[in-house]
Amino acid sequence: MSRLAELDDGFLVVVKSDCETCQMVEPVLGAMSARTGVAIASQDDPSFPTGLKVIDDTALGLSWDLQTETTPTLYRIEKGKVVESATGWNREEWQRLTGIEGLGTGLPASRPGCGSKIFEPGTFERLNARSGGLRARRVIVAPAVDPFEAMMSLGWSDGLPVVPPTEDRVQRMLEGTSHDPAEIVCVMAPDLVECTVEKVAINAVIAGCKPEYLPVVLAGCEAVATDLFNIHGVAATTQFAGPVLIVNGPIRLELQMNSGINALGPGNRANATIGRAVNLVVRNLGGARPGGVDRSTLGSPAKWSLCFAEDEEGSPWEPLSIERGMAEGVSAVSAFAGHGPHEIVDQASRDAASLASSFAAQLRSVGHPKLMGFLDALVVVAPEHARVFTDSGWDKPRLRNELTERLTFDGDDVVRGAGGIAEGMPQHRVQPRMTKFRPDGLWFAHAGGTAGMFSGIISGWTGGPRGSQMATVSIDNWK
Amino acid sequence: MELLDPTAESAPIARQGAPRLAAIEGGTIGLLDISKPRGDVFLDRLAELLAARNVTVRRYLKPTHARPASADLRSQIAGECDAVVEALAD
Repeated sequence: MSRLAELDDGFLVVVKSDCETCQMVEPVLGAMSARTGVAIASQDDPSFPTGLKVIDDTALGLSWDLQTETTPTLYRIEKGKVVESATGWNREEWQRLTGIEGLGTGLPASRPGCGSKIFEPGTFERLNARSGGLRARRVIVAPAVDPFEAMMSLGWSDGLPVVPPTEDRVQRMLEGTSHDPAEIVCVMAPDLVECTVEKVAINAVIAGCKPEYLPVVLAGCEAVATDLFNIHGVAATTQFAGPVLIVNGPIRLELQMNSGINALGPGNRANATIGRAVNLVVRNLGGARPGGVDRSTLGSPAKWSLCFAEDEEGSPWEPLSIERGMAEGVSAVSAFAGHGPHEIVDQASRDAASLASSFAAQLRSVGHPKLMGFLDALVVVAPEHARVFTDSGWDKPRLRNELTERLTFDGDDVVRGAGGIAEGMPQHRVQPRMTKFRPDGLWFAHAGGTAGMFSGIISGWTGGPRGSQMATVSIDNWK
Repeated sequence: MELLDPTAESAPIARQGAPRLAAIEGGTIGLLDISKPRGDVFLDRLAELLAARNVTVRRYLKPTHARPASADLRSQIAGECDAVVEALAD
């Protein structure tokens, strides 16, 4: 739908603050605004002209619909259509068009305008591609049919209601990124489908995302589609894991993501819908549907959405993204194949050694207490537990080392059959001493409410090159 | 309402028929009489032929041909049978 259709009948002037003619006619715009219905759209700065109500057209959608070649351009609009226009400043023309006498009496009689921003190199191509129309197949839902029911029948949903992806909603979603809708974001397994920005945006719409979340969704898709993460294996396995997303950097705050109370639970739109959108891309584009390629014996809520932000401000440790090699100030998303959380309740430890022993006791149970070097884990350390480690002077590397020490066992104790338990390490793989987690199989993130001496274990899936490894990608690249 | 397809568009939108049976022997087949005259004659003969091929036959009746089968009846047939034959005789 054209943005013009939303304008009232009357006058519209398209301006940009970085144009000398526009600056010159600023008092004229003020005078017109006082006399008659005039709308002003600014291509580069919604605070120009000062003191007037200005339409923010920094995305240039309105200018594109008008094909504005020059700033300023004065338009007369009737019923959503341009009936007359004047480019640049020309007193006679402006007076004739508006019917207002004595406009800009102190100004020269005429002055040419400046080039419109829509024709700037790069911008024109981007806008042109966008207006070229979206390529997705159109699905017509008959008037008598409830679109929500239709979408369920079409198999587009994870079981919860989805938002109807109308062209208007998808176009608005695409405003969240500067990338071309036709650009390929990733190739998504298991069906090895090339996912375009447009298709990911459609899934972001149905998941309930806001346009500003789109760069995180795009980055999340890029991350899970990497060889490192191996979404094919994660989706197809009979085990529990889904793509757990941890968001770092300034975008957490811009999107008001939750890293505090209930960080791993419901209640925050960004947390809930970003994770859901990525899972819907895996389902709808990758083709991993439960009972189809997704063979998970029990599944887990992580296959709906398990996405949260790290509490960097409250954390005594460096953010996960920095540990993962991203630069400071870069927004990044890390994908971890996991599920949970499984709780660590320790309300009594006041020193790090005791608390680390509690962590180790719970972490040993990831997968099975006798399986070593097999399943990864991400520990979400909440503030009251982090404080205990900090008070004892432990940093993150120290904690990891202490846990590794506590989680190293005699081979005899973890071999199959030991302790009267058939499960365990096969005889041919048993070594004298065996460690629970691979060297890069144990991760930490800081999140949670400030009350409660708890942490959460997000148990992983088969780690390492034979399974899934954490993948971290930049969100900023997708803005 | 016009919607944009979020899928890989590898399947057609129109509703697909249920998978065909590989064989009817040993299966259960429902015969639905829609209450059109002489539909029962057709279905009686069909029942004989099916029974001869080791098929369990279940008979169902719509109270009137002028209305669609009720949701309960459709659900009952779907739950009890591998396939259904509907008699449109007149």
